[in-house]
Amino acid sequence: MTIKLPIYMDYQSTTPIDPRVIDKMVEVMKNDYGNPHSRSHAFGWKAEEIVENARQQIAKLINADEKEIFFTSGATESNNIAIKGVAKFYENLGKKHIITLTTEHKCVINSCRDLEQEGFKITFLPVQKNGLVDLNMLESAITEQTALVSIMAVNNEIGVIQPLAEIGALCRKKGVFFHTDCAQSFGKIPLDVEKMNIDLMSISGHKIYGPKGIGAIYIRRKPRVRIKSMMSGGGQERGIRSGTVPTQLVVGLGLASEIAFNEMAKDYEKIKKFSQKFYDAMQKLTHVYLNGDLEQRYLGNLNFSFAGIEGESMIMAIKDLAVSSGSACTSASLEPSYVLHALGVDDELAHTSIRFGFGRFTTEDEIDYAINLISQKVEKLRAMSPLWEMMQDGIDLKSINWKSH
Amino acid sequence: MSYSKELLNHYENPQNVGSFAKDEKNIGTGLVGAPACGDVMKLQIKVSDEGIIEDAKFKTFGCGSAIASSSLATEWIKGMKIDDAVKITNKEIAEELSLPPVKIHCSVLAEEAIKSAIEDYKKQKEKK
Repeated sequence: MTIKLPIYMDYQSTTPIDPRVIDKMVEVMKNDYGNPHSRSHAFGWKAEEIVENARQQIAKLINADEKEIFFTSGATESNNIAIKGVAKFYENLGKKHIITLTTEHKCVINSCRDLEQEGFKITFLPVQKNGLVDLNMLESAITEQTALVSIMAVNNEIGVIQPLAEIGALCRKKGVFFHTDCAQSFGKIPLDVEKMNIDLMSISGHKIYGPKGIGAIYIRRKPRVRIKSMMSGGGQERGIRSGTVPTQLVVGLGLASEIAFNEMAKDYEKIKKFSQKFYDAMQKLTHVYLNGDLEQRYLGNLNFSFAGIEGESMIMAIKDLAVSSGSACTSASLEPSYVLHALGVDDELAHTSIRFGFGRFTTEDEIDYAINLISQKVEKLRAMSPLWEMMQDGIDLKSINWKSH
Repeated sequence: MSYSKELLNHYENPQNVGSFAKDEKNIGTGLVGAPACGDVMKLQIKVSDEGIIEDAKFKTFGCGSAIASSSLATEWIKGMKIDDAVKITNKEIAEELSLPPVKIHCSVLAEEAIKSAIEDYKKQKEKK
């Protein structure tokens, strides 16, 4: 079998759209161009029906009511609405404190930073070495003033799954709202807003084989979570998010959710098999370290540090694989990944990290090709690495007085 | 990031990779950069009694630009007098490889590696 190169292994940044989703979207774009908010004619009614159907498909996947689902442009907007919207509604009730993690996505961290500028108190909790929140630490951080705890489900960089059910139970007990960024987990792992006591959830379309530019936010009705809207306009989406709902994108997200509902177990079975095979092969290379907890993880994301090999040179060497790196050298900044830093990974190892993603369209031939290529290049790059040479000679890299810039 | 043909050529076929044997004589070793910054270059020179660099070797932990910069540096200094090699500037290296602005520090490191290796050679020589 011939393999098409390069091989896509960057499923955390985005996913290819499922062909079934594309077909449905094209059909809607061709035929159902009405504005779903038009009440005066059949074009509008049809579009509205399509939108409401999608809302149900999304709600079903997380055991919510469709009235609790609101369409947005994506998880970044949903996270902004959840954090700023709750903060600004409840500040008048004396609740001006928010708790989140240092390993959250930038849009959560920066939403919190913005609020901090406006006088809110934010607690950025550190994580344990395995990337997971310490529940005792979380409990003691919650105060009378706390309005919201925002903790993601699956981490985008390292794939660890935070203990949502435990966090939800704790928040309910303490009477604070629990928001979770599920961009990387919705449609990938089972989520249940009732069992997990989730009050707000951010959802993305393009991470689950749907289109870019569409997402959703789940906002609980009972007990009701209030938010202050950030978008002024025609009051669509019950005033949460004004702006015409894009029918063709919504139908894509809806169908992608339905497919995920039906095929999640099947997809995961395959991903698990590939992930195990890949993990075992990487261990054979020695001095390859998995970042984040081995057990509490979404297996479609494996982030490894390859001791002695700088990340960008690795990416160049394995250019047949589309992957991403926590190394500074792929970006303009000189700081390595803040997520790996939060785990206490040494800077020198953070510079050697590569994230591999597997998904619905990954094939076993691709996995085999990747393993073979990586194994060859690791050997080549280590042969030209002064750090690897020192490690082989038994020199402790920390004993050297490096002249850093 | 898009790289020049020269850079990719040095990255894909790096010249003079390796280390000299530990008991070899007339060697100068430069070790610059730091693992925590994501760049470490080790550059070694073997110098004749007349002060000419007979051979050079390198090992680099770093991005593609860092590997290409050190490969180019070893190519250039082979056959040079140490007094001339010490005058090579990062600007020349950066121009030859058309390094993008964010990668200029790689050429700086290569220049430092050459200077550091020559300094080390001179120090070793004085000890004798």
